[in-house]
Amino acid sequence: MRKQTSGAATPALTKDGFLGREGTKTVIASLFSILIGLVVGSIIILIVGLTTPSISVGGAFEGLKLVFAGLFSTGRTATGELTFGFNPVNIGDMLFRATPILLTGLSVAVAFKTGLFNIGAAGQYLMGTAGTLYVALSIPTDKVPAWLVWLLAFLAGILMGALWGAIPGLLKAFLNINEVIACIMSNWISASLVTWFFDVNNQLKNASEAGKVSYICKTTANGVATPKFFLDKLFPGSQVNGGILIAALIAVLVWVLMSKTTLGYALKVCGANRQAAKYAGINDKRCIVLSMAIAGGLSGAAAALYWLSGNTEFFWSTYQSLPAEGFNGIPVALLAANNPIAVIFTGCFMSMLNIAGLQIKNLTAYNEYLTDIIIAIIVYLSSFSLLIKLMLSGKKKPAAAAAAAIPEDDKTAAKPSGEKADEKEAD
Amino acid sequence: MNQNDYIIEMRNITKIFPGIVANDDITLQLRRGEIHALLGENGAGKSTLMSVLFGLYQPEAGRILKNGEEVKIQSPNDATALGIGMVHQHFQLIDVFTVLDNIILGAETTKLGFLQKKQARAQVLALSEKYGLAVDLDAKVEDITVGMQQRVEILKMLYRDNEILIFDEPTAVLTPQEIDELMKIMKGFAADGKSILFITHKLSEIMAVADRVTVLRKGKYIGTVNTSETTKEELSTMMVGRPVQLEVVKGECKPGAPILSVRNLSVPSHLHKKPAVRNVSFDVRAGEILCIAGIDGNGQTELVEGITGLEKVSGGSITLCDKEITGTSVRRRSDAGMAHIPADRHKHGLVLSNTLEENIVLQRFREKQFQRHGFIRFGEVRKYADELIERFDVRSGQGAETVARSMSGGNQQKAIIAREVDREKPLLIAVQPTRGLDVGAIEYIHAALVKERDRGRAVLLVSLELDEVMSLADRILVLYEGEIVGELNPKETTAEELGLYMAGAKRNVGEGKNHA
Repeated sequence: MRKQTSGAATPALTKDGFLGREGTKTVIASLFSILIGLVVGSIIILIVGLTTPSISVGGAFEGLKLVFAGLFSTGRTATGELTFGFNPVNIGDMLFRATPILLTGLSVAVAFKTGLFNIGAAGQYLMGTAGTLYVALSIPTDKVPAWLVWLLAFLAGILMGALWGAIPGLLKAFLNINEVIACIMSNWISASLVTWFFDVNNQLKNASEAGKVSYICKTTANGVATPKFFLDKLFPGSQVNGGILIAALIAVLVWVLMSKTTLGYALKVCGANRQAAKYAGINDKRCIVLSMAIAGGLSGAAAALYWLSGNTEFFWSTYQSLPAEGFNGIPVALLAANNPIAVIFTGCFMSMLNIAGLQIKNLTAYNEYLTDIIIAIIVYLSSFSLLIKLMLSGKKKPAAAAAAAIPEDDKTAAKPSGEKADEKEAD
Repeated sequence: MNQNDYIIEMRNITKIFPGIVANDDITLQLRRGEIHALLGENGAGKSTLMSVLFGLYQPEAGRILKNGEEVKIQSPNDATALGIGMVHQHFQLIDVFTVLDNIILGAETTKLGFLQKKQARAQVLALSEKYGLAVDLDAKVEDITVGMQQRVEILKMLYRDNEILIFDEPTAVLTPQEIDELMKIMKGFAADGKSILFITHKLSEIMAVADRVTVLRKGKYIGTVNTSETTKEELSTMMVGRPVQLEVVKGECKPGAPILSVRNLSVPSHLHKKPAVRNVSFDVRAGEILCIAGIDGNGQTELVEGITGLEKVSGGSITLCDKEITGTSVRRRSDAGMAHIPADRHKHGLVLSNTLEENIVLQRFREKQFQRHGFIRFGEVRKYADELIERFDVRSGQGAETVARSMSGGNQQKAIIAREVDREKPLLIAVQPTRGLDVGAIEYIHAALVKERDRGRAVLLVSLELDEVMSLADRILVLYEGEIVGELNPKETTAEELGLYMAGAKRNVGEGKNHA
């Protein structure tokens, strides 16, 4: 087969058709795994519903409906029928809840793209929380304009997250300590560190709203909140604010960084093959630290946008555990196949599940913990997308490889994995 | 000829993998007491055929006969039971076990569950004496030479009373003296009635030792010939499918000014505390190919890593184009005038999951031509990649967009060579540039290296292949245990003499001498 020059790029793509394209396969795999998750979740809803005396057969099917269409649930009629339609509160709340997990999802995705597993998003999120709240609450807004305080608080959150993320990066780059272990350890350090920080900072505790008990940190006490950007008019009654737009903008910027710039190129090369990066004169250590710092910064931004929303209250003493936002970033990134743009949608999907769970809890007799289990199962099965993609590609690979290259190396075909054949090539 | 003169027959073997016919109606007949060579390029189907014989794969069609009777080989255990033994190219030894333990492993004689080593030792010693296979039974495998490790592998086969011995590329790791030794041993086996299958792509070895040759090409059976009635040229034509230039054509070397000067260089080892490269000094001049010869593991890897900046040196200095580059980064050195074709194209040379065009700008993506304000100019990258692909005849399924992993080894290497050569650097370091490639690709790469030399580049070639060293080099430095033990002129030396230097048996230079 002769080589093809630039003009041949399109035929190469159309040869396998739309379905053969890598991107299409990824989308199909993600949708398919979401579907499997929803189906398994539904089965559990049915089983529990049909075996619980307090839930009737009709109730079980109501639960089922809400799993799929909880976002569009509008409550019940006077006769007790479930109603569905456009629900601005649900959609607005979905966008509000999507904001932090979208950003922690980005955080995980960026690290994945550069060959690192950032399981430290929770810790970076907490450090971002501390940075954001400290700046937002300690700069008096009567002296400094509120928008400037907002901006400083936002940047402080990013900075704290980035610094915290850089630590496992430094350990990995210079001491070759596995970033997963370093991240898990640093998560717990940050949990205690942040609790301690708020415990000793009395002026933060007292900065809460009038009439509220202390130990609550809420930035609106200071008049610092993310602008609504008219989203509150679109979705009246919901908690939505401009944070989702900022998060989506950050996702686009990350996409540009990763796929259009020389820095993104270097980071990806380093992630795909650190040895080759070294060989090509790319500073691999710098790449690893930078990539973890970017990931940490994104987690920090997640915290900043969440706490600056104006309607979130930080009960510092409960933060001896790790925030779920940090870990929910992992399935968000996995489902999006680490594509920053796709993260916007998978982040919204995950938060939609949350809303559906709330609806089930509020409108049916299902126990609230059960809805958490259903969500967890859907998330769990969502991570099968990689496996499904492998199955989709697996059927095509040998044929495509044979067509693509002159069948020079029979061992490539002989060994089930290409890597193995590479090793044996020397003979 | 009587049917039973064939100890093993593989008749009309067809083995199909998804999308590829690895063995297409191949017949291989091994006579009792002969040395039969199996010749073919990478991907010709040699390994698949041997895996079928070993029971690792079941063929779609065809039969295997032993002594004229059909046998079913479902697993390697069946093969062992039929007396088939194999010395793998990558030895299957346990480094921390002694030689004796390795030999008896899997075939131990026991009494009430206790090992009977005394009996085994006597048996192994008898075999080792009978065939002249000198080994130290109590040494640990990690401490003995590669040549001795191979003898251990051979003894393993003999200890199991195998009568059909398969050698998979056995000479790749040996010095010329060790190769001669092995050839003698193989002939001894044949004289003793054992039958030998010898897998190789080295024509001179076939001519020296084999009785008959079966040639495979792209999964097809090309023919079986008697070595006494054929020539190297005929065999290479059968193997490649077209006449091949076996000898490198090159003109007189006209060396110019030194481009790279290495002085008293020492580089630490990855494996042990002693330095892997000790006090090495030499120059590479413009317009010459300087070849570092030596057996694998004598400091070549570390020397190259030290020069290219992949590893920190522990002493000495490196000067490139009159610039001191000791201790500078890989990127600095590359900018100073260094191109590098690495030994391992998968580990260093390519990012296999990236596309061909991304790999082609692996070092150059930061250059003005390919980026503006930190944004990659994809159009320029594509244009440049297409141009290189055209000029260097890199073949791939989807042109610049092909994922590097899906390309054949030869074309991967061509892509790396295109990239490194086109960076137009005064110094070109090529480490085992033809490793694992077939004759056609080797011919191309050799010609490319000579062309670069003729254009006035300084070429530093590191090679383990004696033939390559002898035919390409203008000057040879032999590296033994991290030191330069000899400087040779390929026109005035022989492969045998070079082998003595490589084995450390001879040296013509004192410590720390400059090889300018």
